[in-house]
Amino acid sequence: MKAPLSWILDLVDVPAGTTTEEITDRLTLTGLKLEAIVSPGREITGPLVIGRVLTMEPEPQKNGKTINWCTVDVGDANGTGEPQGIVCGAHNFAPGDLVVTVLPGGVLPGGFEIGARKTYGHLSAGMICSARELGLGEDHDGIIVLPPDAGEPGQDARPVLGLDEETIEFEVNPDRAYALSLRGIAREVLVSVEGASGFRDPAVRDTPAANDQGHPVVVEDAEGCPVFVARRVDGFDPAAPTPDFMVQRITAAGMRPISLAVDVTNYVMLETGRPIHGYDADRLRGAIVVRRAREGEKLTTLDGTARTLDPGDLVVTDDSGIIGLGGVMGGETTEISDTTTSVLVEAAHWDAVSMFRTGRRHKITSEAGKRNERGVDPTICEAAADRVVELLVEHGGGTAHPGVTVVGTPPAMPVVEVAGDLAARVSGMSITEEQSVECLRAVGCEVSGSGILSVTPPPWRPDLTDAQDFSEEVIRLVGYDKVPSVLPTPPSGRGLTRAQQLRRRVGRTLAGEGYVEVVTFPFVGEADLDALGLPADDPRRDLLRLSNPLNAEAAFMTSTLLPGLLRTAGKNVGHGTTDVAIFETATVTLPHHAGPAPILPVDRRPSEAELEALDAALPAQPLHLALVGTGDAVSGGWWGEARPVSWADAVEAVRAVAAALGLEVSASAVELAPWHPGRCAELSVDGEVVGHAGEVHPTVCQAFGLPKRTVAAEVDLDLLIARAVHLRSAPTFSSYPVAKEDVALVVDATVPAADVEAALREGAGELLESIRLFDVYTGDQVGEGRKSLAYALRFRALDRTLKEGEAAAARDAAVALAAERTGAVQRA
Amino acid sequence: MSGPNTDYDPVEVTPLKADQVEAMREAALAAIADAADLDALKQVRLDHAGDRSPLALANREIGALPPQARKEAGQRVGQARGAVNQALAARQAVLEAEHEERMLAEETVDVSLPTTRRRRGGRHPLTLQSELIADLFVAMGYEVAEGPVVEAEWLNFDALNLGPDHPARTMQDTFWTEPADDHVVLRTQTSPVQARTMLTRKPPIYVVCPGRVFRTDEYDATHSPMFHQVEGLVVDEGITMAHLKGTLDHFASQLFGDGITTRFRPSYFPFTEPSAEVDVLCFVCRNVEPQSCRTCRGEGWIEWGGCGVVNPRVLVACGVDPEVYSGFAFGMGIDRSFMFRHDLEDLRPLFEGDVRFSSAFGTEI
Ligand SMILES: [Zn+2]
Repeated sequence: MKAPLSWILDLVDVPAGTTTEEITDRLTLTGLKLEAIVSPGREITGPLVIGRVLTMEPEPQKNGKTINWCTVDVGDANGTGEPQGIVCGAHNFAPGDLVVTVLPGGVLPGGFEIGARKTYGHLSAGMICSARELGLGEDHDGIIVLPPDAGEPGQDARPVLGLDEETIEFEVNPDRAYALSLRGIAREVLVSVEGASGFRDPAVRDTPAANDQGHPVVVEDAEGCPVFVARRVDGFDPAAPTPDFMVQRITAAGMRPISLAVDVTNYVMLETGRPIHGYDADRLRGAIVVRRAREGEKLTTLDGTARTLDPGDLVVTDDSGIIGLGGVMGGETTEISDTTTSVLVEAAHWDAVSMFRTGRRHKITSEAGKRNERGVDPTICEAAADRVVELLVEHGGGTAHPGVTVVGTPPAMPVVEVAGDLAARVSGMSITEEQSVECLRAVGCEVSGSGILSVTPPPWRPDLTDAQDFSEEVIRLVGYDKVPSVLPTPPSGRGLTRAQQLRRRVGRTLAGEGYVEVVTFPFVGEADLDALGLPADDPRRDLLRLSNPLNAEAAFMTSTLLPGLLRTAGKNVGHGTTDVAIFETATVTLPHHAGPAPILPVDRRPSEAELEALDAALPAQPLHLALVGTGDAVSGGWWGEARPVSWADAVEAVRAVAAALGLEVSASAVELAPWHPGRCAELSVDGEVVGHAGEVHPTVCQAFGLPKRTVAAEVDLDLLIARAVHLRSAPTFSSYPVAKEDVALVVDATVPAADVEAALREGAGELLESIRLFDVYTGDQVGEGRKSLAYALRFRALDRTLKEGEAAAARDAAVALAAERTGAVQRA
Repeated sequence: MSGPNTDYDPVEVTPLKADQVEAMREAALAAIADAADLDALKQVRLDHAGDRSPLALANREIGALPPQARKEAGQRVGQARGAVNQALAARQAVLEAEHEERMLAEETVDVSLPTTRRRRGGRHPLTLQSELIADLFVAMGYEVAEGPVVEAEWLNFDALNLGPDHPARTMQDTFWTEPADDHVVLRTQTSPVQARTMLTRKPPIYVVCPGRVFRTDEYDATHSPMFHQVEGLVVDEGITMAHLKGTLDHFASQLFGDGITTRFRPSYFPFTEPSAEVDVLCFVCRNVEPQSCRTCRGEGWIEWGGCGVVNPRVLVACGVDPEVYSGFAFGMGIDRSFMFRHDLEDLRPLFEGDVRFSSAFGTEI
C-alpha cells in the first residue's frame, strides 16, 4: 500500500517536528513495515524557486530558432534581490507570469547540474523549467506557467508543484486489510506514534437516510452480499477533469488516473478501504439483482475477457442479464464511458471467502478484489457512497439524486472472551490487565468485564477472531522490542539419530574419495528419461506429475538422480573442467497411485487411521545417492601417466560408502539403462539389491555432453543405512606364522571372478585368512575365450602354527571346489 | 709353506721375523688408509686380511717354529692382524658413512613439485550450513525432525491454520501434483514436519527441521523454485515469546558471532499468533555507520525469517492441549542465511553444480 504522507496527515495530526522517518519507524515496529519512502522531487537539489518574468526579448538566431532573453524576479533567492538574466527557448509565457526557476547550484533529475553559462551571447544564470525537466511528466510543449496565486517570487517551488510530497510504501500483511486504506493507516499512526491525535475518520459522516426513491435493488443472497448501497448522480459532465490533487494522490498510490468518475471511486476506495463500483446509470435496465451465478452463465468483464461463470460466483444483474462479478470486476455493458452523464454508485459488502474464490477461479487480481477478499469494514458502505456522490457533484458538476437505496445490515462482530492476563502469559512480559484493556480500546475494540474480558473487535478488524489474536494487538502496542530474551530449558536431547549421523558419514566418505557434492532440482521431463535410454516399461518412467510446473519440459518429480547429475557433469565439462567427480544425496519420488490424501478436520487431532490414510496417499520417497565421474581419476604428472576413470571407480565409490556403514557390497553383471550393457554392476548387500554402478552407455554420454567412459552409480541410501552395522564385535586374529599359497586358475572368460573367489573361499575352509586376486590374464597362453585368474591365498590358524602341508591341502581343496563350481583349471 | 716343526729345532722362518710382521702391518694399514671407497676397501680386505694375505700366510708358519718360539711369533702376528682388522672396521665405518651421505645427497628431490594426483572432494555448502545449524540446536538439547518433501495438502496447509480459503495461501505459490484432487503438494515450508512432530510425540517437544522446500518462483538471482529452510518448534508448559526471543538471540550469536542479537517486528503467519519477522543485527557493521555496508544494504539489520507463538488452533489440530501447553516456532532460509553469511549475491551457484563452487568450501564451513 502506497500512501501519500499529506493524505495521512489530512486524517490525523502528529506533533510538530515529527519526521517522516519517525512515523515510519513506529509503524514498522507496530506492524506496518516500511518498504520505501518516495518523493517525485527526491532527485532535485538546490534552489528551485518561483520566479516572475519581468521582461522577455525574442532574439532570432542563425540556426533559425528564436530564443527569449528574460529577466526574472526571484526575490532574494539569488542573494542579491536583483532580477536574474535567463535564456529560455520556450514561448508559452509572457511577462508577468509566474514560472519555476532553478538557480545556479541546483541539480535536476538525471544529475543535471545548473550553473551560470554563456549562451547565445548572454550569461544565462539558471533555467526556467518544463514539467519534463523536473521529472513531472512528458509534457515538453513549454515551460510550466504557475497560476497567478501560486506564491511570491523567491519562494520554494517544491510545495507548489507537489515535488516534496512524500509517499510511504508499506508492506501490508493479510491480517491487516484495514491498512489498505488511508483511514486504516491514519488510525495506525494514531495508536503508534507518540503524541498523535485528532483522528478524523473519513468514514464517519452524516449520510442521508435510506428511502424508496433510489434505484431498486434486490439481494437474493444476503450471505454473499450482506449490504448493498446504491446512490445516483445525474447531469454529470463526462469531460470534467479530475482535480490535480486527486490525480497526484491516485498516481502516488500506484493507480492510473482514468476519468473523473472512475478516479473518484478509486480515491474513495483508497481513502476508506471500501471498493466502489460505478455504473453508467443510463445503460442499466430495471432493478439490480444480486445472486449467485448459474451454471454456464457468461460475462465479459471490463478487462475485455469473456468468462464462463461458476455457481459460486456472486453476480450483479439487471433485466439485460449479468452486468458484473460482484465485488471483483464490472461488466462491459454498463461500464462508465466518456459519454456517461448519470452514474449509479454501488458500495456493497461482499463475503470475503466468495471474493477470494472468485478471484482465484477467474485469475483476477484487482485493487477492489484485493480488499474485498481480505475483509472490509461492512459498516461504511453508506458513508463511502455518500463521499463518492459528494466528490462527483463537487468536481463533475452533477446533482445528487435524492434516492438512497440501502439493502441489508452489516453483520454484527462476535464477542470474544479473552483472559485479562493472556497477553502477559503469551509474551512473557509483565503486562497488566489495565494495559491490555487500554491497548485493545486503542485499536478500536469494545472491552468489558475483568479477569475474563469480553472483547468486541471493531468492524474493520474481521481478522480478530481468537483470544490469541487480541493478545497480539496488545503486545505489538506494548512493543515487540520490549520482549525480554530468555532461554528455555529443554530436557536432555538424544542428539542426532543414527540415520542422521550415518548420512553425514556417507557425505564425508565421498568427499574423502574425491567427489564433490552438488544440489540439483528434482524436476525432469520425459526427454530426460529418453536421454537415459530407459525402455518404455522401466519402472523409473512412472513419475509424479506436477499440475503447475514452471517448465513444461520438466513437469515431473524425478525417480532417479541420474539425469540431474549427468546434466551437471556435462555442464562442468562444458565449462572446461574435464575431470569431474560429483555426487548428490536426495529423495526421489516413486508414485504408487494410492488415491487422494484426505482433507482432515482441524478441530481435533486426527485418528491414527486418518493419519495412516494421509501417509498412504503419498508417494514413496527413498533417499538416493548417485555419483558421476568423468575424465581422469588420477591426473598425469611428473609421477607418471594419468589414469582415466573406469567403471570400477563407480563400484568402488559405493563400496567405500558401504564400508563406512560397516557393509560389504557384492557386484554382479546386469544390463540396465543408462549403463553400458557389458559394464554395469548390480550391487547387493546380503542378497538385497541396493543399486547399480558402472560405465555409462556411450549414447547416453553423448546425450548429456559427456565424453565416453563416463561412469555413474545410483543406490538407495535408505536401504544401506537400514542395514548399517551398529555394534561391531572386536576382531580376533592370529599371531602365528602365515603360510602363503598362490594359485592361477583358468576359467571361461564369462565366469565372474566373484564366483571363482567365492568357491575358493568356501573350499579353503577356515584356515584361509585372506584371498586376493592379483592378476587377470587373457591371451595366447590360456586360449581363446578363456582367462587366467591369479590369487594370493594366506593361511593361518588362530591357535597354532600350521603343520607342513596343511596350507597346501587347504589350497588344493579350494582349487577343487573352484574347479567343480566354475570349471576352473589350475594353470601349470 | 714350511712343514711342521716338531723337533723343536730352532728354525728361521722369515715371514715371522719381527720386522717382517711389522712391515706387513704397516703395508696393510697404509692400504686401508688409502682405500678411497667401499670397493677399494673390499680389495684391501682381501689383500691384507684375507686367507691369502701376508699376515694370514705368516700365521700359518707359526707351526713351523720351535715350540718355544711359537708364542712370541703368535703374539706378534696376532697383534698385527688385530690392528689390521680394527683399522679395516674403522675405515669401513667411515666409508659407509661417506657413501650414505653421498647417496642421500644424490636422492635429493624438489619438494616443491605438485603432489595432488587425485582431485579433492567437497560437500555442498548448504549441507554444511544445515548441519551446522542442526548442531547448534542439538547442543541445546533439541532433536532434528524430518518429513517428506511431497506432502499431504492437509499437513502443509490445513493443519497449520491455513484453510482452503485462507488468503495467506496465495502468499505461497504452491506446486500441486496430478491429479489435483489427490491433495498432494510439494511442501512450501518445513512446517508440516512440525505438525508431524506434534502428531507423533508428546510434549515437551524441542525440534529443528532443516529441509528442502518448493515454491513456484521463477529461477533468478534471488529466487529459486527449490530452496532450504530450517524451522524450529518448541512445545512445553509455560513457553512464551520471551523464550522465542532468547532462543533466536542465542542462535544468532552462535551463527553470526558474539553479541549478534535479533529484533522482532509484528507480522502475520497463520501458524503463529502473535507472529513476528525476525531481523538479525548485521554481523559486518553491527549497525554502526551502516550506510556503506553491503551486507545489510545500509539497514544495520538483515531480514532473517519469521517466528511466533504457535497458534492454539494448530495445537488443537495436532492433538496438543492448548490449555496445558504453549509453544513457539521459527523459520528461516538456509540458503539466504548462507548467502549473507558468505557474501554471495546471486543464489544460482548453489544449484548450478559447478564443482569449483562446492570445492571452495571443502568439508566444513
Ligand atoms: Zn551492515
